[in-house]
Amino acid sequence: MTIHDNTAEISSEGGSHIYHPGVLDVSHGVVLYLDDITVSFDGFRALNKLSFSVDAGELRCIIGPNGAGKTTMMDVITGKTRPDSGSAFFGQTMDLTRMTEPQIAHAGIGRKFQKPTVFEQHSVFENLELALKTDKRIWHSLFGKLSGEERDSINEILETIALQDKAGGRAGLLSHGQKQWLEIGMLLAQQPQLLLLDEPVAGMTDQETERTAELLNLLAGKHSIVVVEHDMDFVASIARKVTVLHEGSVLAEGDMNKVQNDEKVIEVYLGR
Amino acid sequence: MSSRYQPMLLRLMGNSRWRGYAAAIFFLCILMPVLNLVVPPGNLLHVSDFTISIGGKMLCYAMVALAMDLIWGYTGILSLGHGVFFAMGGYAFGMYLMRQIGTDGSYHSNLPDFMVFLDWKAYPWYWTGTSHFLFALLLVVLVPGLLALVFGWFAFRSRIKGVYFSIITQAMTYAFMLLFFRNETGFGGNNGFTDFRRILGIPIATSEMRMTLFALSGLTLLAMLWMSRYIVDSKFGRVLTAIRDAESRVMFSGYNPLHYKLAIWTLSAMMCGVAGALYVPQVGIINPSEMSTSNSIEIAIWAAVGGRGTLIGPLLGAGFVTAAKSWFTASFPEYWLYFLGLLFILSTLFLPEGMIGLFRKLMEKRKLMGKSR
Repeated sequence: MTIHDNTAEISSEGGSHIYHPGVLDVSHGVVLYLDDITVSFDGFRALNKLSFSVDAGELRCIIGPNGAGKTTMMDVITGKTRPDSGSAFFGQTMDLTRMTEPQIAHAGIGRKFQKPTVFEQHSVFENLELALKTDKRIWHSLFGKLSGEERDSINEILETIALQDKAGGRAGLLSHGQKQWLEIGMLLAQQPQLLLLDEPVAGMTDQETERTAELLNLLAGKHSIVVVEHDMDFVASIARKVTVLHEGSVLAEGDMNKVQNDEKVIEVYLGR
Repeated sequence: MSSRYQPMLLRLMGNSRWRGYAAAIFFLCILMPVLNLVVPPGNLLHVSDFTISIGGKMLCYAMVALAMDLIWGYTGILSLGHGVFFAMGGYAFGMYLMRQIGTDGSYHSNLPDFMVFLDWKAYPWYWTGTSHFLFALLLVVLVPGLLALVFGWFAFRSRIKGVYFSIITQAMTYAFMLLFFRNETGFGGNNGFTDFRRILGIPIATSEMRMTLFALSGLTLLAMLWMSRYIVDSKFGRVLTAIRDAESRVMFSGYNPLHYKLAIWTLSAMMCGVAGALYVPQVGIINPSEMSTSNSIEIAIWAAVGGRGTLIGPLLGAGFVTAAKSWFTASFPEYWLYFLGLLFILSTLFLPEGMIGLFRKLMEKRKLMGKSR
């Protein structure tokens, strides 16, 4: 399959709620539900009754001042942190609070951390090959060969992240921005249902930021993406819907215009 | 590594690689036997038995260096205990060699001399079946393999990494050395096994046997080299290097690094076992000093000096360092360890890619000079 028809594949039949373990069910059009999540660290409430949801195929931006709970929220979704209360569902059926990190990754949530980590000694092509969704056990790695289909999907990703020309070159020689794209490409190769990107344009040049916005706009609709970002211009250039976090809960939600003109938001975040 | 993009180059390299293998097989199985066995001593072209036995020893060291390169050079796990796997293979085959002595020992007993000396009446249980050649061969790979598997499982599962892992391997080999030094362990104490007579009933101290073992060692090394080349060129090999460079990313990509590390670690130990088994009949002795900590460190130095992650480099490193050792220990015995340390420091400081790196640099320079002319 190609990387473009993810959402078609993940929708299960109609409105019937037959439970298929490990299969994402987005029959209600929602890929991620967070409901009433609270996380405390030594009495400090990093997340305070946080509730919001992300629709399948949506590109959502999460903004908020430092300490608003953005990273903690990502940690809850990926299973790194267990909430004290509340529920987190991936699709209709998968309870993220009961799954381990690898299980969640396997179920189809891909996370990109702030600092780009790619395999620097390998070529760009090999980086994608290693990330590609396939049998990851020893035997297959030793004797398996890359199929034509797999090669095609790698080339397709290379095109998407605009690194075709660098395919044979070492990933370590890429610029910071190109490494970020490669890492996004590696996430795409894993065919995740939901992409979590933590500050994807941190440390990028303006031009690279612009390219990244184009890339995410290209991916929106084909993938469900959640972006946590500080850069307001960048958010404005990609976001359809923005969620503003403040002190561990949702302060405002809506399109960029609405959020930017929201009194409360201006007060706590955009500043005066 | 990006060979996919240079099919022409790959094809050429592939050809020359096969030519290399063919030349090596000719050298081991035809040229050397003729020069050693057919050409009479005194002739200029004659290769002496002494040279053959030194050569055979070096080939065994080269296998160990290759095993070290897989685990350290490619996977980034520095073992300072590979000597123990080498010795295990040596002891396993040594048991068979001891059984082959039969009643020719100084006490004319069915038991090895050291057991008679300890006043033992029968072989301990763990010597069972060691009189069978094939079973002994099985032990040669199984014993080091099993030891590595168990040790590695505990170490890698607890995510012990880097220098901590190296230190534990160092402690392991030391512990085994102490264990094998005890007479009661049943492996000949500090004398170990020696005074071998036969393999498969054929006398061991003949030119023909020496030559056979030499050629066998060479062919085994070639087979290991071919296998290692296959491994590092496969996706499995790329996962290993990825583990070396960014293990957490490997995990996020859905691989279980534990399985990969355990597989290559165990394979590496088995290769050492085979090397040890070929080594022991050629040098005629195996004793616990093979498990000394300095021996294992030396193996790491072979790889570092030759060039980590190059497969061929560590083989050259093993040859170079052992040659330097035999010259130094003859001429300035007390300075050898200082020199070894110096060599290690200098090569890591100035030649991170070892002799192979130096060689490549020189080649590039020559190419550039050629172009500018």
